[in-house]
Amino acid sequence: MLTSYLPHAYAWGHVGAHAPRLVNEGIIVMAERSFANEVQELRLGAGAEFRGEGILAVTKGLLQSGVAYVGGYQGAPISHLMDVLGDAHEILEELDVYFENSASEATAAAMLAASVHYPLRGAVTFKSTVGTNVASDALANLASGGVLGGALIIIGEDYGEGSSIMQERSHAFAMKSQMWLLDPRPNLTAIVDFVEKGFELSEASSTPVMLELRLRSCHLHGSFITRDNKRPQFTLKEAIENPQRDVSRVVLPPSSFTHEQEKVKDRWPAAVKFIQENELNEFVAEKNENIGIILQGGLFNTVNRSLELLGLSDPYGNSQIPLYVLNVTYPIIDQEVLRFCEGKDAILLVEEGQPDYIEQNINTVLRRAGDTTALHGKDLLPVAGEYTPAAVTKGVTAFIQKYLPSKINSENLPAIVFDNDDPRSPFAPRVAPELVQGRPPGFCTGCPERPIFAALKLAEREVGSHIVSADIGCHLFSINAPFNIGATTMGYGLGSASGSAFNAKDSDKRTIAFMGDGGFWHNGLTSGVGNAVFNENDQLLVVVDNAYSAATGGQDVLSSRAEALNRSTNHPIERAVRGIGVKWSRTMTNTFKVAEMRDLFKEALTTKEKGPKVIVAQSECTLNRERREKPARAKKIKEGKRVVRERYGVDPETCTGDHSCIRISGCPSLTIGPNPDPMRNDPIATVLDSCVGCGLCGENAHAAALCPSFYRTEVIYNPSWWDKAKLGIRQRYIGWLQKGIEKQLIGIDAA
Amino acid sequence: MTITNSPVSASSITRASSARPLTMAILAMGGEGGGVLADWVVAVAEANGYFAQNTSVAGVAQRTGATVYYVEMLPKTSESPEQREPILSTMPTPGEVDIVVASELMESGRAIQRGFCTPDRTTLIASTNRVYSMPERTAMGDGRIDSQGLIDAGKNSSKRFIRADFNKLAIDNRSVISASLFGAIAAAQVIPFSREQCEDIIRGGGKGIEASLAAFDAGFNAALASERPVVDLTIGSRPPEVEDSGPAAEVLSMAINNPSALVGPKLTQCAERIHSEFPEQARYMLVEGIKRCAEYQDVKYAEQYLDRVARIVQVDSTPDNKLTLEAARYTALWMTYEDTIRVAFHKTRKVRFDRVKEESRASDSEMVQVREFLHPQIEEITDTLPTPIGRWLLNSKPFQWIVFKITNKGIKIQTSSVWGFTVLYLLAKLRPLRRRSLRFGIEQNRIDNWISTLVSLAPGNGELAYQVCLCQQLIKGYGDTHANGLRNFTEIIDYIPTAEKSPDPANKIKVLRGAALSDETGTALKVALGQAL
Repeated sequence: MLTSYLPHAYAWGHVGAHAPRLVNEGIIVMAERSFANEVQELRLGAGAEFRGEGILAVTKGLLQSGVAYVGGYQGAPISHLMDVLGDAHEILEELDVYFENSASEATAAAMLAASVHYPLRGAVTFKSTVGTNVASDALANLASGGVLGGALIIIGEDYGEGSSIMQERSHAFAMKSQMWLLDPRPNLTAIVDFVEKGFELSEASSTPVMLELRLRSCHLHGSFITRDNKRPQFTLKEAIENPQRDVSRVVLPPSSFTHEQEKVKDRWPAAVKFIQENELNEFVAEKNENIGIILQGGLFNTVNRSLELLGLSDPYGNSQIPLYVLNVTYPIIDQEVLRFCEGKDAILLVEEGQPDYIEQNINTVLRRAGDTTALHGKDLLPVAGEYTPAAVTKGVTAFIQKYLPSKINSENLPAIVFDNDDPRSPFAPRVAPELVQGRPPGFCTGCPERPIFAALKLAEREVGSHIVSADIGCHLFSINAPFNIGATTMGYGLGSASGSAFNAKDSDKRTIAFMGDGGFWHNGLTSGVGNAVFNENDQLLVVVDNAYSAATGGQDVLSSRAEALNRSTNHPIERAVRGIGVKWSRTMTNTFKVAEMRDLFKEALTTKEKGPKVIVAQSECTLNRERREKPARAKKIKEGKRVVRERYGVDPETCTGDHSCIRISGCPSLTIGPNPDPMRNDPIATVLDSCVGCGLCGENAHAAALCPSFYRTEVIYNPSWWDKAKLGIRQRYIGWLQKGIEKQLIGIDAA
Repeated sequence: MTITNSPVSASSITRASSARPLTMAILAMGGEGGGVLADWVVAVAEANGYFAQNTSVAGVAQRTGATVYYVEMLPKTSESPEQREPILSTMPTPGEVDIVVASELMESGRAIQRGFCTPDRTTLIASTNRVYSMPERTAMGDGRIDSQGLIDAGKNSSKRFIRADFNKLAIDNRSVISASLFGAIAAAQVIPFSREQCEDIIRGGGKGIEASLAAFDAGFNAALASERPVVDLTIGSRPPEVEDSGPAAEVLSMAINNPSALVGPKLTQCAERIHSEFPEQARYMLVEGIKRCAEYQDVKYAEQYLDRVARIVQVDSTPDNKLTLEAARYTALWMTYEDTIRVAFHKTRKVRFDRVKEESRASDSEMVQVREFLHPQIEEITDTLPTPIGRWLLNSKPFQWIVFKITNKGIKIQTSSVWGFTVLYLLAKLRPLRRRSLRFGIEQNRIDNWISTLVSLAPGNGELAYQVCLCQQLIKGYGDTHANGLRNFTEIIDYIPTAEKSPDPANKIKVLRGAALSDETGTALKVALGQAL
């Protein structure tokens, strides 16, 4: 299945060793999850109740705000926001809203330039902090010159449990570029309100506004009362036809120096005024006690639950302890802080993540004003890590015990406040630690990326181990067992670049880098491949081309094979790398050919050819494939057409329980089970019903010369007359011989 | 086979009417339908006068990794009109979770470890099926953790513990585990909704409604049955799972008292010999051993097997004759080493054809074909040939080239076809030639040397002989796996004289065996042997 690049061959050859062929002309492939039904709710008018997920609510909020254009780059937890917008294209078109899947977060941020000279409201979205890192060049320039139309940056803060990235705060970006940061309470009404208020705040202060959605808020199911959708007051068409420019908004001296002054003299005060007048921050029971809690809006529900557990609040948020809720976490409004602290002995600040930017800020505010209220924060709460109910409850309890011990019934404390070795603690050891093993995410059943790493593992048995630079994407699962391949991951599309130092001309060995098709088009083509060509790096780059940005939920990219609606696809990766100067490039159109993959790796690692070697390893993401193929297969079977379903199996009589097959696969469907052999103790390998018949087990058995226990079962639905005729002959012949075999065994076992 | 830890209490039902939200954590692996289950729970609550909220973590955690879905609900009361939305938590608080649902047994352990499941409050609904973790699956021997430990932890960490194999119930009804678990949730009556109210939610859904309802019903009934007090019948210290708990008691007692009843007429003599010459503890294993050897080769081979183990009996002074027992096991396994003839024999048997058909879940109107993936190495071919020919061909360059050309890319044989079956059938028919084959001679030699080693060690140090006996476990698999195992085995055997000089030689051998089983590359064994890497 190895082809050098041929344009007409650029469609699925076959995926999986014997999977049905598919040349998908005109097939429209959408992302992993379809919101086609849910988006209809986006049409709801004023006064209706909207029920659904947080991301749908955000979309509705955008439409209610009269947004003119939206862009973004997918990534958890806002991938589904992009999918919703994609699925809502009809509604967006009706309202004259332009939406695009940006090439990267930098592209998305730069798109906001449309709001610099025109009263156009625009919103972009991406994962943060990683996406904000990529976007920060454009965001800094945008924030310097300021905006005329409202510019909203919706960031999915990937922090805490379930996060897949380094643990940092987006807060720093807001501070360094001076963009306002909204962190509304995690309920849909608040989130929708802050989408609308965000645009107004942006326009009132000529400043881009960041709306932070926490990981769980994105997938929060709830309801809110809708308002009418609004068409943009000014359209992109009008802008294009009436070009404007104001050189004072361009970031170049001397304007850039003026911008810095404008930020503090004009935009900051304007924002403070707007935030105060619109009461974006909330005060609860302000004068109830002589202590109080200041908290980020996003933590409101957690703090309220802590107070409930202490008997100091109820499920409707009627706290007895004064609360100052920062739905705007940047800027801090000095006057509001001083107002809240007035007459209070002590304040607890609940600020998640580190550094403690807000704590430092509030300390400065109090100090300058000569206010003597004690400020607690990361002395009572964890310095780093997610503010879970456990962490917050412990901190709040310590704070109240210090200042208002009479308010708590010490006989009736929540179990969570006890030390872990206290038998009353929920963490008192009740299960032996070795019984609960880690279960990190991994390749799905039938994943076409698994055979790539199986092949590399086999190749390395022959040509030795190498430095392997990993990238961002599902292929990063290779770093865990059973493959244990990959030493660093420096960022999306940066797999190749992160091996660039290892370019020692006096070494015979070359390095290996991985990159996904998503990362390749995001920036890897230039930052990695172009760099390697230019600097004559000898590395082997493997571009994993599964036809989607798969880890983020199966969104299309430039090289996707399906014909996508409103998008241009089918741009081959090999053509791109050859265009940029790569001489040695191969496209494997079926990654499941493990032996061929292995030999190709060996060739790429030993060829005399200089410069980067690029292997494009191509097979469609199985999640997307199965989502399309499964219903199609069921339909064909129902229609009476001949369909062959495949699955694999292991013969228990010949499996010796050494599990070497699992150690080069790790497939969830290839597992272990009780050994039916009364003499053997070790569990045998076994294949579960979830097997999709991808073919890897058979290919591995061959490529690694494993064991003869693997077999493939082919179930033929609606067999043809020829199938049936063959079956008749076979059954008679085989049955006759099998009788002979059994006859031979008579007298050995008890009858 | 399950018992309740404590009687069903009504207090958890009444709590829902107070102002405290009902909380539910669902622990599942990504892609298992935990999200669907959480959605159903929210839907049934919303349809019956409750506020409900549901959150989960997004992203790559959902690619087969462990995931927590979290639901809270609170009734809409007169003090809380529609406009007055409650503040519900997006994360579970340890110690404050009313219902924990675990889609798998180790996940119930994770819920306990994370403090979600506590004895004062939680109703734990756990599916007892195992989805093995990566370390359990990739171990070179038996890496499974003790399921009973998880069951015990569940009993000690919950107010009520509802458990059944909800995965099997779902599969039996051609549905997915979310449906059977929803049934169990309804049966538990912690959330105050009736069975009918829950079923209505499934009926309002999209596809597979009938299958979902059937699985719901199975889950509902299993959950009720789970809490009926019955006597715990678990036998033995560590049954990793029910099917794995060893032979039935009556078979064991028959093997001790009348082994002839367990074999056919051809093996009566052998069985009588087992009864008269061998200790009770080893008889069941020996019965299996003679059948295995006779099936593998012939009755004479079974007699040879008994001769070998008999040498051990003479010198065995270990408690419970554990040396004889394990020698009976490993001698039989070694004597029936995996060669091409054995593989072909098992692949052509009728029982195997029946099993494959059943496993494929094909109905009678559907056809099943089977294809084998064979990759015979040159050694595996020469091994089965008569010794002189085998040895000659093994060193023959032209023969090597031919074999490479044919087998390099592997051979696929359709065993269900006339041609493919015939090939394997004829291979199996080579059995009489085996005795004269190259490998047969080599293996018999190795076995006898190993037995001799055991015989020489046993009188002085029974435990050492026992540990050396267990090392046969290292020799398994095919091709490279077999070669590596044999190499490790040989290195340990060669180390015995050195080990004997240490204070506890038996333990030394045990440690070495553990090292060999811990790492495929042999590095750990090398380190343990003190060899240079």
